[in-house]
Amino acid sequence: MKQDMSNHVLLELENLSKSFDLDHGFLDTLKFKKGRIVSEKRSVHAVNNVSLKIHKGEALCVVGESGCGKSTVARLVAGLISPTKGAIHYDGQRIDALKGKDLLPLRKRMQMIFQNPYASLNPRMTIQQALEEPVRHHNPSFSRDDVQDKVANVMRSVGVDPSWAARYPHEFSGGQRQRIAIARALTVDPEFVIADEPISALDVSIQAQVLNLMLEAKEERGLTYLFITHDLSVVQHFGTRVAVLYLGSVCEYADTATLFSNPKHPYTRALLSAVPQLSDDKPNHIRLKGEIPTPINLPKGCPFQSRCSYSNPRCSAELPVAIEQADGSVVACHAVEEGRID
Amino acid sequence: MSMMSDHQSNSLFSRIMDSNITYSFKRNPVAIISMVIFLLIAFAAAFAPLIAPTDPYDPSLYDILDSELPPAWTGQGDEKFLFGTDDQGRDLWSAILYGTRTSLIIGICAVLVQAFLGISIGLISGYLGGRIDNILMRFADIQLSFSTLMVAIIFLAVSQALFGSDTFNKYALFMLVGVIGIAEWPQYARTVRATVLAEKKKEYVDSARVLGFSPVRIMIRHILPNSLSPIFVISTVQVANAIVSEASLSFLGLGMPVSQPSLGSLISSGFDYIFSGSWWITTIPGIVLVVLVLVINLLGDWMRDVLNPKLYKG
Repeated sequence: MKQDMSNHVLLELENLSKSFDLDHGFLDTLKFKKGRIVSEKRSVHAVNNVSLKIHKGEALCVVGESGCGKSTVARLVAGLISPTKGAIHYDGQRIDALKGKDLLPLRKRMQMIFQNPYASLNPRMTIQQALEEPVRHHNPSFSRDDVQDKVANVMRSVGVDPSWAARYPHEFSGGQRQRIAIARALTVDPEFVIADEPISALDVSIQAQVLNLMLEAKEERGLTYLFITHDLSVVQHFGTRVAVLYLGSVCEYADTATLFSNPKHPYTRALLSAVPQLSDDKPNHIRLKGEIPTPINLPKGCPFQSRCSYSNPRCSAELPVAIEQADGSVVACHAVEEGRID
Repeated sequence: MSMMSDHQSNSLFSRIMDSNITYSFKRNPVAIISMVIFLLIAFAAAFAPLIAPTDPYDPSLYDILDSELPPAWTGQGDEKFLFGTDDQGRDLWSAILYGTRTSLIIGICAVLVQAFLGISIGLISGYLGGRIDNILMRFADIQLSFSTLMVAIIFLAVSQALFGSDTFNKYALFMLVGVIGIAEWPQYARTVRATVLAEKKKEYVDSARVLGFSPVRIMIRHILPNSLSPIFVISTVQVANAIVSEASLSFLGLGMPVSQPSLGSLISSGFDYIFSGSWWITTIPGIVLVVLVLVINLLGDWMRDVLNPKLYKG
């Protein structure tokens, strides 16, 4: 039974791409180049051909450096922006084309926690109002007492005293606010939670608290997480699976244990070697040369080739496809495919 | 339950008293004096029928033989008429009280119309964006390219000619409110749109969207309460502007009729006699108008300083 549950695919991203237009309207597209006026439309390719599966009960962590499209993936899944190409399936139903009222049942099942707890709560609403609003909205049949009970319960479950309900968000600390934001997401009893760097704006001493709270909620409510982060130690603690994103493409996608014990993609190796370790006096970092390329003009071939020490002519000509390895991890790299990396 | 609401109202009052706005108000003598004068004028205007010695709207109460009496303190005047009388023998003090009331009503109602139109259009345009935003903002640009007075003069002159003077005079108040209200909505719409654009990028709006709230609810319950400070500031300035517009239109004979004078029509009616020595008919309502507009503008200035996030960190 348990095996069945964990094999159930809750969320599936299929060749998901999102690009943002830089030039809006016809006049913006006109450029003056080499003495001629040309019409050119530029766009930022934030997410390219991302395919991921999240099983029920999993916590999929998406990692990568700033600007690699992690948050865009989260916003696409939450339906805050719509994909340029590809599809999102939730529990077998395609959700990326849904609009308005059709989305409402989905909103109850899927919630999101945001990065900045100082901005994610409406400053003009008391905690009580902020928590009551979603309960009333999704359960119009609830009586006043039902709503009160629900709010008090949720507040207790995140460790916020229900007697503080009349206060405004600015009267709380960052950690308390993030717990209130989590409470707000939990008021509608979701089964799937998207967390977009929920602890990166918090003090280190508070990070563990909030993380443990999210783990507790996972155990108690059987939540499934899509967890966006750039902190690899958090991934190790929290994730069951990891997807490494570089320039909007998935480089490597594996179980957490597999990824940390046996990273395959050169980028994953570089990332893992950058994690500071107490035991190591003279760390042997893999130093990446250069900068992350601009997502406006994507390089032809592998997105990582410009910084990869294993790159060869094939890498700059041909886009690597994701290939499943013997240990179940999925890697998109020509060098791994050809066995050029030990 | 009542305990809780008690506690809330208590804390609301103390929150107002402890707030930065109250603090800055107490420390600003200009704001205090302006507020006192404004409240005095507003009070006098609101209770004009109780304060005024006669009813200036009732022609049977005044005598043509009392016309153009100078103010009581000049010596030649009559003690019955504190500020003297106008060309029809009407008590100027009563006329000013009633006129201030009319001016304030028109100013405030016109601003309510402006605010309603401007806030709804600004919210829609800022939140929805795209083509709707473009169309609405081009309308605002077109509207702004005509001066308010020009639009009002054309509209009022045409409707005066169309309906005849009698009907026009009957509905002059509503016409003025409507015309001044409609002519100035772009001021609001642009300010509100700008704040909405800044607010809608914040995560609490995303969070409300993920929770599945409707766009109308997000606009009214979430974005609007967070865009109130600039709305307050322009409202004060706009009330002063609307009063001035009303006075100008009445002065030009397109506003309130002489039988139901506003400050503008009082000034206008005295203007014909100013060179024959009857300076008080124009000057005294003029001073009241200037003081009223000045204190409202000073209050608006103070409010802008307090609510401007760049000068003030809260």
